Amino acid sequence: MSLIEVRDLRRTFRVRRRDDVVAVHDVSFDIEPGEMVGYIGPNGAGKSTTIKMLTGILVPTSGHLRVAGVDPSKRRTALASRIGVVFGQRTTLWWDLPLRDSFELLQKIYRIPPARYRQNLDRFLELLDLGDLLDTPVRQLSLGQRMRGDITAALLHDPEILYLDEPTIGLDVVSKGRLREFLRALNAERATTLLLTTHDLQDIEALCDRVMVIDHGSLVFDGALTQLQARGGSSRTLVVDLVDERPAIEVPGAVTVRVDGPRQWLTFPADASAAPIVSAVAAGYDVADLSIQEPDIEDVIRELYAGR
Amino acid sequence: MADPRALARHARAYVDISALWVRAAMAYRASWWMLTIGGFLITGIDFVGIWILFHNVDALGGFTLQEVAFLYGGSGVAMALADLFVGRIERIGQMIRLGKLDQMMVRPVPLLVQVCADEFALRRIARVLQAALVLGWGCTYVDWTPSRALLTGVMIAAGTAIFFALFIGFACIQFWTTDSAEVANAFTYGGNTLTSYPLSVFPSEVVKGLTFFFPIAFVNWYPSLQVLGRDDPFGYPDWTQYLSPVVAVALVALALLVWRTGVRQYRSTGS
Ligand SMILES: Nc1ncnc2c1ncn2[C@@H]1O[C@H](COP(=O)(O)OP(=O)(O)O)[C@@H](O)[C@H]1O
Ligand SMILES: [Mg+2]
Repeated sequence: MSLIEVRDLRRTFRVRRRDDVVAVHDVSFDIEPGEMVGYIGPNGAGKSTTIKMLTGILVPTSGHLRVAGVDPSKRRTALASRIGVVFGQRTTLWWDLPLRDSFELLQKIYRIPPARYRQNLDRFLELLDLGDLLDTPVRQLSLGQRMRGDITAALLHDPEILYLDEPTIGLDVVSKGRLREFLRALNAERATTLLLTTHDLQDIEALCDRVMVIDHGSLVFDGALTQLQARGGSSRTLVVDLVDERPAIEVPGAVTVRVDGPRQWLTFPADASAAPIVSAVAAGYDVADLSIQEPDIEDVIRELYAGR
Repeated sequence: MADPRALARHARAYVDISALWVRAAMAYRASWWMLTIGGFLITGIDFVGIWILFHNVDALGGFTLQEVAFLYGGSGVAMALADLFVGRIERIGQMIRLGKLDQMMVRPVPLLVQVCADEFALRRIARVLQAALVLGWGCTYVDWTPSRALLTGVMIAAGTAIFFALFIGFACIQFWTTDSAEVANAFTYGGNTLTSYPLSVFPSEVVKGLTFFFPIAFVNWYPSLQVLGRDDPFGYPDWTQYLSPVVAVALVALALLVWRTGVRQYRSTGS
């Protein structure tokens, strides 16, 4: 039995008497303990609705759902101690109260042993650099600080599963980076299972080995990130900085697609090895620098949506 | 639900959550006292109105001022206690719109407990004190026997439970239409207004309605008739005067059922 077991899960919403919106349309997947799974899709695809069913907030219209062996909507309160949830646009913290009060109340309602609470709090405050903000009312925190507070709040009780719905939305680059680093460390240290929805593919590339793509309520891809990149099929790009300007480079196995001063772009099939091409370029030209660009998964995903 | 250990744990969670809000409010101690004393005085005006009325009449629906005080106080204490402990539920529509309900649903404390304890306002205790004072004054005119004393206690408990059920039951409408708080108010606060007077001032059809359909007559009217040693002006049998706890239990059960249905049909908010 998997940690999360989803079979033909469906949720419809009745809008204006007649019409039914099928927000999640017969989705199936399994998630094993310790996995970090990215869940992506355009706005309105059904990501949040899926998470709300996994957490027991919404009752599914049909299908089979088990999280840690239980039906979430029937055993919602019991399941709550085993999961952590962060909704990016909303805070779980008490708006008018200092962070410290929110955390202390959570300790009580999750019945976290005091020693464990202190240990976790210290660890998260350090990793997330929140120590100075404990006495600041939540409404005075910046978006990035608040998000770090929310993540701490979701993790104080050592959940086995952490659901993150758009955790990086609206964050600046530095905050995003810090958050990704933290989540990686969390997964490495505690084997916390992570399910993360996002618009930002860099989140996925930084964190997730596995990606699920949903569009119009249906799962259109579920597999390894590398597989998704390969499926874009097309090509990878070798960016070469020569010592000085030259005509287009000619090497076997690659095509030069662009020349801009000393910099040139060569594409080659994504499943081919870069090594022979790199050595051919290095042998024939004075090279200052080299880099390889993976296929842009944004393009791949756009193709997936279009392919439906 | 009925497991006493679980109930104790839920009560504990309620206290923990509300204590946080009390502490937060006490950070502005002066303003808390002003609001509380202000609330006490303003709700006091309510009964002063009835008292002034008695300058022109000797009885209201056949009841003396002291008897009216007992009825008014009985309903008022029950209402104010229910309002103090679960009144916040009338804001559930707002909690739904703000996504607060979603947050509460993923915590290991029953949703109802969290909704009722959210932003707990101890200053509502002013209302309890005001009504208790009026009730206390009314009590000094009662011809006490042990069974009447017991019945008075049962009346307050049952009355509180009945208002508790009304608060919860009618707030559930907001699961379907989030902006229906006024509808709920009409029944809860409106119910309290009706039971503040002797029901003998109303036509018998109204009393029938308040007995069989919207049974708030059991909050104070029927048990008070027994405590005050009065015959039922509408000729209902004496045993109705002991029925309040039964009605309370039935209404609370019904309200919890409606609540559970509401939670299972909850749709959250789109994006
Ligand atoms: N409470 C709701 N009532 C009506 N429609 C909803 C509700 N929640 C979501 N939807 C609809 O379901 C679809 C999926 O929404 P959602 O799961 O929020 O998408 P995502 O999180 O991927 O942006 C959208 O069309 C949205 O309008
Ligand atoms: Mg969403």
